[in-house]
This record gives sequence, C-alpha cells and structure tokens, in this order.
Amino acid sequence: MADERKAARLFDIRRVIGGLFVVYGLVIGLVGLFDSPEEIAKAQGVRINLWTGIVMLVLGVLFLLWQWWRPLELGHADSPTDDTEPAR
Amino acid sequence: MRLDLDALDYAILALYFLTVLGIGFAARRAISNSADFFLSGRSLPAWVTGLAFVSANLGAIEILGMAANGAQYGLMTVHYYWIGAVPAMVFLGIVMMPFYYGSKVRSVPEYLRLRFNRPAHLLNAITFAVAQVLIAGVNLYALALVMQALVGWPLWVSIVVAAFFVLAYITLGGLSSAIYNEVLQFFVILAGLIPITIIGLVKVGGIDGLFDKVRDSKLGDAALHTWTNTAHSGDNPLGASWIGIVFGLGFVLSFGYWTTNFAEVQRALSARNMSAARRTPIIAAYPKLIIPAVTVIPGLVALVTVNGLGGTTGDLQYNNAIPLLMRDLLPNGVLGIAVTGLLAAFMAGMAANVSGFNTVFTYDIWQPYLRPDRDDSYYLRTGRIVTVIGVLIGIGTAFIAAGYSNIMNYIQALFSVFNAPLFATFIIGMFWKRMTAWAGFVSLLSGTIVAVAIYLLYKLGILSFGSDLDESFWGASIAFLTVSVVAVLVTLMTTPKPESELRGLVYGVHPADLTGDAIAGDTAWYRSPVILGAGALALAVMFYLPFL
Repeated sequence: MADERKAARLFDIRRVIGGLFVVYGLVIGLVGLFDSPEEIAKAQGVRINLWTGIVMLVLGVLFLLWQWWRPLELGHADSPTDDTEPAR
Repeated sequence: MRLDLDALDYAILALYFLTVLGIGFAARRAISNSADFFLSGRSLPAWVTGLAFVSANLGAIEILGMAANGAQYGLMTVHYYWIGAVPAMVFLGIVMMPFYYGSKVRSVPEYLRLRFNRPAHLLNAITFAVAQVLIAGVNLYALALVMQALVGWPLWVSIVVAAFFVLAYITLGGLSSAIYNEVLQFFVILAGLIPITIIGLVKVGGIDGLFDKVRDSKLGDAALHTWTNTAHSGDNPLGASWIGIVFGLGFVLSFGYWTTNFAEVQRALSARNMSAARRTPIIAAYPKLIIPAVTVIPGLVALVTVNGLGGTTGDLQYNNAIPLLMRDLLPNGVLGIAVTGLLAAFMAGMAANVSGFNTVFTYDIWQPYLRPDRDDSYYLRTGRIVTVIGVLIGIGTAFIAAGYSNIMNYIQALFSVFNAPLFATFIIGMFWKRMTAWAGFVSLLSGTIVAVAIYLLYKLGILSFGSDLDESFWGASIAFLTVSVVAVLVTLMTTPKPESELRGLVYGVHPADLTGDAIAGDTAWYRSPVILGAGALALAVMFYLPFL
C-alpha cells in the first residue's frame, strides 16, 4: 500500500506543475531582482522578470497547497481523484 | 530575427525537457493494460481532461497563426474562438458525449463501426490515421522552422530532438503522459504569452492606446469590429459574410473539427465518469474564451509597433508577430519561459496527433482487421511499437516538407476538408435512427470525395472563391449537403438496423445513463454540464458586445 500511494503521489500532475512553477518562479524572480537598467528598459520599464517570477511562484505554491489539502483518495492509487468532495 | 538566449534561458528549457521525461517515467508506473495506455484507464478528473482538451488544440501553429490573423484581420479573428469553437465544444459536452462515453467506444471510428458498419469504420480509421502522422510531421517541421529562425538550430537538430522527447514520453506513459504534459504545457505557454501581452500593452499605452493606433494603421477602424460590415463578404478584413461566419465557420467547420476529431475527443474519453467526460469540452471552453486576449492582442500590438509587418517572405511575415515581440520586448529569463512555452506547444500538438494515431491504428485497424483475439498485453506492446513507427513517419514527413515547403500548407488544408463530411455523417446518424448502415458508408465516402474535389479544383484554378477561407466555408457546406442528400437517398433504398443494435448510439433509443457512475459532489450545480455550458455561451455573447 505504501508503494502504491507513493506511485500515486508521483503521478499527481498538481505536484509536477507546482514543483516546476516554484523553481521557475524562484529563479526568474531572483534574476528579476538584479535586472540591469537596459533589461528593464527593453521591457518598457516593467520589471517583468520579477513580476512573472512572483506570479509563477504563487501559482506553484497554490498547486502544492491544493495537492496537500485534497490529496489523492486511497483505493484509487492510479487515479488522481482530487476534485472530489470528501465523502459524506 | 535571432533571439539572444543566454545560459539562464537554456537552463529553463533544459529543466522543462527533464520534467517532460520525468512525467513519462512516472506515468509508466500506472500502466498495466492497454486501456491504461490508450485511455488513461478512464480515470482522470475533469479539470485535467478539460485543460488537456484545450491544450491539444493550443499547438504552436495555432498560437502563431491566430496572432498572425490578429495582425492581418484585426478583431474579427475572435470569431475563431467565440463562435467558431465555444458553441461546438458546449454541444459536444451536452449532446454528443453521452453517445461517445455512454457506448464505451474507445475511439471515434469505433462509434462508426457500432452505428453503421465495417466499411464506414475502416474508411474513417484509415483517413484519420494517415492524417495524424502526416500532421505530426507538419508540426515537427513548423517547430524546426521556428527554432531555426529564433535560436539558429539547424532544421534536423530540432526535428530529431523534439521527436525523440515526444517518442520517449508517449512510448513510456501513453495517453496519461500526453495529457499530463498538455496540462503542464497549458500553464507554461500562458506564462510566456501573458508577459508579452502586458509589455506590449504598456508599450502602446494600454487598450485605448492600442485601439487608437490600430485606427491609424493600414487596417483602420474595420479592425476593431467583429460583425459590422459583414452583410457582404467583400466589405470587411476577413472577407467573409455573416452567413459564412455563422454557418460556415460557426457550424460546419467548427462542429466538424471539435466534435469528431479523435485527437480532441480522446481527452474526454479518458475522463473518470460520464459527468467528467461531459464537462471536459465545456471546462475547456472557458480558457478558449479568453485565449484571444493573449494571441489577438499581441498580433495587433505587432501590427502597430513592428514596422513593415506583413511581408510575404522573410522575417516580417504575419506569422512572426509573436516571435518578433519576444525579440523586442522580453529580457532573458522570461524570454526563456516564452521559448520553452512555444516549444512545449509544438510538442504537445505533435503528441496529441501521435496518441490519437496509436490508439486508432491499434484498436481500429490492427485489432479488428489484422490480428484479432490476442491477449491484452499483445495490444499494449503493439501500441508502443506503433508509436515508434508513427513518430518515424512524422520525421520522414518533416524532412519531405523541408524539401518542398508548400507541401505543409497543402497537407493541413487537405485534411481539414475531411472533418465536415464526417460531422454530417455523425450528426445525422445520431439523430435519425432509420439511417442505414450503408447510408453511413456511402454518404461519408461521397461527402469526402466532394470535399476533396472542391479543394483540388480550387487549387488548380478551375473553381474560384473570394479567399482560402471562403473556399473552406463553401467546400465544407457543400460536403455537408452532399452527405445529407446521399444519406436520405441510400436510407430509402436499404434496410435500417434493428433498434436492439442501436442502444445508446442514437438519440431516443435506450439513452445512456447520465448519472449512474456519478461520484460524491457531481450533483453540485457547478458540475452540471448544462449550467456550465450555458455559462460559456453567455460569456461568448457578452464578450462580443463591446466589439460589434
């Protein structure tokens, strides 16, 4: 069962999206902190790396929180049944 | 128009490729039989299949092409979304999905076998399979062209690298891999397009500034209207009358594409129950409603900021609207995300073709006609081998297209003409239970021949139409009529199938159970396909109001 659950967790696309966007968000946001004036001028004065990084980071964290808040149901190890409401 | 990618951009791209492979390996663990491989074990939630549904259509050719249309025709491009997609997607979910999902068919051609007969089935299976591998090749070639222009990779490097990754993740993880990558790609491409749109709007002074500048451009005020001046086809930038837009684009072309194209419908068939399958195309309709904001607006921005946009060759073609804005506006970092998004969109487009192809070839050609009655693991293995063969044919097609670049346009246009007669056959067969098996085959065949003939006569200059678009409207409409007439004539001369063979396949004959497999929460109003669908249609109408 533990193995099955692990496979299911790996298979949850929310974790993949969340993980990738957190990494992208951190990298681009950090780069954005140190953007040169020329780069900011190229983007019409918008600190686009910083803003894109922040938004991607937030989106990534939201996906991870969602996945943590509504984990996959047991008994459906191979089926991500995440938007199900808890059984009543 | 070379982009100046640095190490950071390449690192972003590399991380994406690694993630794609990782999804392939993770998905492989969940595959134990052929239904897992071809249909994701019918286990996915609606938000996943819905985003995959819109993503399978959100290929890079589509994105670059719609931005190009935005620059060339102005706001009339939104017709491709609001009337040319959303109504068909809602119709698929509410009306047609009960037949597809309820009859437990594994593919669109399989529906034709149950509803009509084997000749109709084989005709559709073969045309679909051939179309998918050739279009996969076209996707691959288009990807290679863009990568050559943007980052200077030789054509063969892009073709081989992209084909390798698609091959790897589909062979490993089957449809689950393809769908999960499509969902991921959806977010990455938006992360690339939204910054382009925002900076573009800042540059031209917001929406008002953009519209002022468009009025002064070569398109003029006509570019800011969608329905004004559509009484005659010659009076507006798109060259289409309201009849052409409503019936040609909104009905025949769009319903043909969205409701019978297995590369799309397959996403819904992988949903975990009837409710999720019906919601799949409807959930997809919501992003589809707002995607023009990140394709048409950048197209208009490019029109007013890139001097000389609109050449027939070279860097300033309309198709380069988005790449040119990437070059002019994006700093390294976000630039890497945008390039990754484009590449991901190309690969997702190709993966949708390949996963549709391997399913139809295995389930609809190999299993019923060539090697029946083997055990399931045999067909799972076949699916993997067929994936390799499909990708290899795609690579071959891409190299042929590289030699004769016009072939690419012909292939795309040619296969789009197969949709209208197929849709006509489906819709009549679904709603008219007397339609006979042979009427299905003969009408599909004659409609297809008529559609191809009109296209060829137009290309040879024997028939003339206002524009390519005008030709596709008329070609599709005439094919639709041909199918209708032939279907009625042949039905009158042949015997219908007994009702017992039409259960769950035809409207009014033992309708499929819509709620039998529902799970907790499916009864909530926000999961009702009808309410969600009505909401999407209402939004489409509202979105038109400011731009009449």
